[in-house]
Amino acid sequence: MSDVFVVGIDMTKFQKAGTGPAVDLLGAQAALMALDDCGLKIQQMEALYCGNLGQAAAMVGQRVLQQIGQTGIPVVNCANACATGATAFREAWMAIKAGVYDLVLAVGVEKMGGGLLGGAGGGQGIPKEGLLGSGTMPAVFAEAGMEHTRKYGTTFAQFAKVSVKNHHHSTMNPKSMYQIETPLETVMNAEMIAYPNTKLMCSVNVDGSAAAVLASEKKARELGLMGRAVRVKASVMTSDPWQERDLVMPDVNTCTRLAAKKAYEMAGVGATDINLVELHDCFATAEILHYENLGLCGDGEAGRMIDTGEVALGGRVPVNVSGGLLSKGHPLGATGIANIYEVSTHLRGEAGKRQVKDARLGLTHVIGLGSACGIHILEKASA
Amino acid sequence: MAETSAKPPLPVVDFLKLPDAGQPYLEGHKCQSCGAVFLGERAICSKCGTRNQMKAVRLADTGTLYVYSIVHRSFPGIQVPYVSAIVDLDGGGTLKGNLINVEPDPEKIRLGMPVEVVYKDALGRKDREGNSYTSYFFQPRR
Repeated sequence: MSDVFVVGIDMTKFQKAGTGPAVDLLGAQAALMALDDCGLKIQQMEALYCGNLGQAAAMVGQRVLQQIGQTGIPVVNCANACATGATAFREAWMAIKAGVYDLVLAVGVEKMGGGLLGGAGGGQGIPKEGLLGSGTMPAVFAEAGMEHTRKYGTTFAQFAKVSVKNHHHSTMNPKSMYQIETPLETVMNAEMIAYPNTKLMCSVNVDGSAAAVLASEKKARELGLMGRAVRVKASVMTSDPWQERDLVMPDVNTCTRLAAKKAYEMAGVGATDINLVELHDCFATAEILHYENLGLCGDGEAGRMIDTGEVALGGRVPVNVSGGLLSKGHPLGATGIANIYEVSTHLRGEAGKRQVKDARLGLTHVIGLGSACGIHILEKASA
Repeated sequence: MAETSAKPPLPVVDFLKLPDAGQPYLEGHKCQSCGAVFLGERAICSKCGTRNQMKAVRLADTGTLYVYSIVHRSFPGIQVPYVSAIVDLDGGGTLKGNLINVEPDPEKIRLGMPVEVVYKDALGRKDREGNSYTSYFFQPRR
């Protein structure tokens, strides 16, 4: 089986939730940008995999084609919580890997509402939020972070430093929702949402889309697109294995560890070979957990990683140089392809001021709570 | 209205049992094959896949605080702050609920501290039919 390559990829500038165009027009924007990135036409695409959560039952992929070209190709609409975009990308990868198609388009798009996501139990009876604890996402991920505190003594300030770093990175990313520095005291003194997550430690709800054109090796060579191509070295998805607390405490760790192990095996590389990582920093607390889950450091060493700047641009393994979900923004269905765009841009050497020097291998990671973990390992292709 | 308010309170979740005689308690379902404990009735164990080997067990009213978050912003109408706590019950079972009778201050809440389960009215919340509910809460163990 030959490898699959990303030949075209792009994303819209993420914008304030509710200010973007309708979901089909927004998805169409990124689709056209990705096609233009490789100079191909919608008529050349053999299938479309479309990720969207907010209108999961409303045929968003077909509506994107109704905007940019109704060619009659098969369309599959995917919904997998915050792993939705990665799922669409992976389905596209798998279809080419299976030899069914040579050129496939993957689109992720989301129009977001404002405010808190999640909430404890609707259903029958009375509202459970604030009665049986909290199901709001900031609290759920605060509790996940507190597990790290319990094991290793990780502090509020260490969690907050994640947000300082990612906001700093985003000042170099014109496609990020925000481009502002947020010093440590600003992050720690921001409105407390769910201790230890302040408002600046919660991802930003934005409207946005991202799209990728994937090609078989044969087709990429035939079209002369290997120069900027990015090799998909690994594509892995897992769900959450049983854990004793997972009835009340969604486990984002075990499924990530399982996916990382499989991804490194599939790619034939180790964590130390990775030059940059875009991981699922839906909350600052979450990023800390994933340094260890992805094997970027040993268990209990994540606090050191953020304290010493090993995960900052210029450090040993820069994490979320795009600004991450904390500052670039988190349009749920688009996120998984947007982080593949970020890594691809570095592998192509086109990331401008935030370029990770000599990047050859990068990893992307998303978690859809419930749970789905998607990991991709990408490599600079040698033409 | 007098009639409806006279009805006995309902349990906030189906695994909270309110016997006519005796104290309220939490009920788990334990897999006889692998020992995994679940909240609420079920027929199949999602840890080991064994079917029809679930047995109802009475869960302990004591446990330890595993982790928590102090919630300062919630949905409209929900009074803040409150402490959302995850508690490991002695003898098995993990539960999420409000930790009460403690200051919502990280300096005052110790991870791993002993807690007990208490049963009280569900913060005055009533359903559309006007029914009252009994809920469970955690508080520091004296």
